Amino acid sequence: MGPSLRPAATTPWWRNRRVVPFAVQAAAGLVVLVVVAFLLGNLVRNLTAAGLLLSWSWLDNPAGFDLAESSIPFSASQPYWLALLAGLVNTLKVVVVGLVGATLLGTAVGSAAFSSNGLLKRLARSYVELVRNIPLLLQLVFWYFVVFLALPNGVNAIQLPGLVLAKSGLYLGWFGEGWQWQLPQLTDGVWQAPLRLSVEFGALLTGLVVYTAAFIAEVVRGGIAAVPQGQWEAARSLGFSPLVTLRRIVMPQALRVIVPGLNSQYISLAKNSSLAVACGYTDLYSVAETTLNQTGRAVEVVVLLLGSYLVIDLLISALMNGLNAAVQLKER
Amino acid sequence: MPASLSPLGPAPSRWKRLRTELFGSRVDGLISIALGAALVAIAFGLLKWTLFQAQWAVIQANSTLFAVGRYPIEQQWRLWLLTALLAAATGVSWGLLRALPRDQPSGQRWPFNDRLAAGVLVALALAVPLWLQLSLAIQLRWWGITALVLVLRWALARWGSDVPWGIQRLVPLLWPGLYLVGMVLISGGLGLIQVAPSQWGGLLLTLVASSFAILLCFPLGLVLALGRRSELPLLRWGSVVYIEFIRGAPLITLLFLGQNILGFLLPGGLAPDRVWRAAWVLTFFAAAYVAEALRSGLAAVPRGQLEAAQSLGLSMPQGLVQVVLPQALRVALPAVVGQFITLLQDTTLLSLIGLLDLLGTARAVMANPAFLGKSAEVYLVLAVLFWCCCAALGLGSRALETRLNPSNPARYQ
Repeated sequence: MGPSLRPAATTPWWRNRRVVPFAVQAAAGLVVLVVVAFLLGNLVRNLTAAGLLLSWSWLDNPAGFDLAESSIPFSASQPYWLALLAGLVNTLKVVVVGLVGATLLGTAVGSAAFSSNGLLKRLARSYVELVRNIPLLLQLVFWYFVVFLALPNGVNAIQLPGLVLAKSGLYLGWFGEGWQWQLPQLTDGVWQAPLRLSVEFGALLTGLVVYTAAFIAEVVRGGIAAVPQGQWEAARSLGFSPLVTLRRIVMPQALRVIVPGLNSQYISLAKNSSLAVACGYTDLYSVAETTLNQTGRAVEVVVLLLGSYLVIDLLISALMNGLNAAVQLKER
Repeated sequence: MPASLSPLGPAPSRWKRLRTELFGSRVDGLISIALGAALVAIAFGLLKWTLFQAQWAVIQANSTLFAVGRYPIEQQWRLWLLTALLAAATGVSWGLLRALPRDQPSGQRWPFNDRLAAGVLVALALAVPLWLQLSLAIQLRWWGITALVLVLRWALARWGSDVPWGIQRLVPLLWPGLYLVGMVLISGGLGLIQVAPSQWGGLLLTLVASSFAILLCFPLGLVLALGRRSELPLLRWGSVVYIEFIRGAPLITLLFLGQNILGFLLPGGLAPDRVWRAAWVLTFFAAAYVAEALRSGLAAVPRGQLEAAQSLGLSMPQGLVQVVLPQALRVALPAVVGQFITLLQDTTLLSLIGLLDLLGTARAVMANPAFLGKSAEVYLVLAVLFWCCCAALGLGSRALETRLNPSNPARYQ
């Protein structure tokens, strides 16, 4: 704004550009402060009345519950913090595998939208439209109760090369003792394999991958569409096949658009993994819920939960920012 | 791999185009045949299952539970009344949208899309109650409600242009008014018997929670978005902290927080009912995401617009409301509606904190030994229901987008 035409003395205070911003901020700050003080005051008063004043010593008490699955050795006599840690490890396990799976599937579906085959192209679009418009939680319970819990057991289990799908778990071929490749084997009607995943893990992983891949496909499609058409044509005139063009010419350019979009999809996958409780997988949230039910330590449990997810989000963001810096156009 | 450049000359026939799309090269042909065969097999299997193997009794026996939960039967007339009012408002709004002077040919009052929508509506009204094996009395109500929509639509398209403009302008106000009336009808008060939120369930609870959150998260998100773009550091940092805190947390942990800590944060007895706690958490959660969507819209409006408005003598709030926001909202519309769709889907999380929304009702029904193992049927119906609602919202958003596009000639029709 230019200088005021009127003399400064006649400007009313509510139009003074020095007073108003200060007054607005002071008012907003005061309101927030009063509300926060009111809430915290109530919190302290109510917690004291309930005998639950903030303390972390209960974390060392024995948990008293078992975990359905844990990657670190855990039993009911071990402390709460170890149970929560086991839950966190389970969450990280599904998030890491899920990120890889969703990226692979999403990239495939996103690139399929540029196929010369009309059917494949439409199928890719339909997949995205179908998956995005159905709630993730509904998909998770569908995968768990309708698909994975309906798997046959024993001899009738679905046998794929190196992979057996049974109601008792998913059995994968892996390196056993002495780094020898071992395939799943049926002994006395029970499947044995060096690597076994629970159906709960399988259902959660499938649901997360299928759901997130639809969003990643949109990000990838947008990234590829942002590469000028001339790049395809130039590559074709140089004799590159379509697949090589995509991999060597288009993708490196598209990645600059794709990586920032992937970041938010990865974070939402990590947060969505907290729905694991719907298909019975013992992730961080489900352990925290059990812990709260047993101890009544609502505030501490919620702080731990929010803090853990925040750290996971920040970790993913940091990794993706590093990747982003690597794929950006290098200029002098 | 990209869509090939259109060759010069007359456009190829549809058949020929299909052939080049599916069998352009040998590899394409093989892919098409394999995919086609897989699709036919899946479609055939699904059809066979739907018609012969699925047992729909679980839906038919529980249709009331899925619709309204444990809403007392003797009070359900209020929900029927609300449905009829909503139908009437839909018919009136839809009709006035197409109202043309009487000398216009009648074909323009019923464009193809409208005829399609009316056809789908009639087909649904005839087929769904029959399939659910509702009693004749209830079937008749659904037919009556459908007829109400279509008759009002027809009448107002024909004579609506005679309604004075002063009254036509008030029609959009029908909806917020109706929302308040609906809330009273559902929850009671003003002489009606109270029905506690714990008795709401199924589709009713899903719709109440999502509409409440959608309506309130928008103004809240707008304030946050403006705050984040504000030049005043305290407002900016306050908004940033709020938005990033909410976006960093999974919704389920926030719902968990609402159920378990809100009681401690408020003085005894002031904490709202469990349903309303969840609805408020949904609202505050969605506000952060809507704020980010709106922020992208605000960023798309050049700075010069606000400066021009101020140099014309408009105050800062006037410039925002009359110049910047109309442009920003148009840009942000798809992203905001996308958030509304996500919010509608997120209401399913209420089932994880023990509330009986659509999914919670489904889980409760399946816990009944009589309906064990019928999860496929129930989840399929829920999936179709959610898919239709979300897809319809998306379609509506795209239609609104074209209508609001300044370079679209159909805008002023």
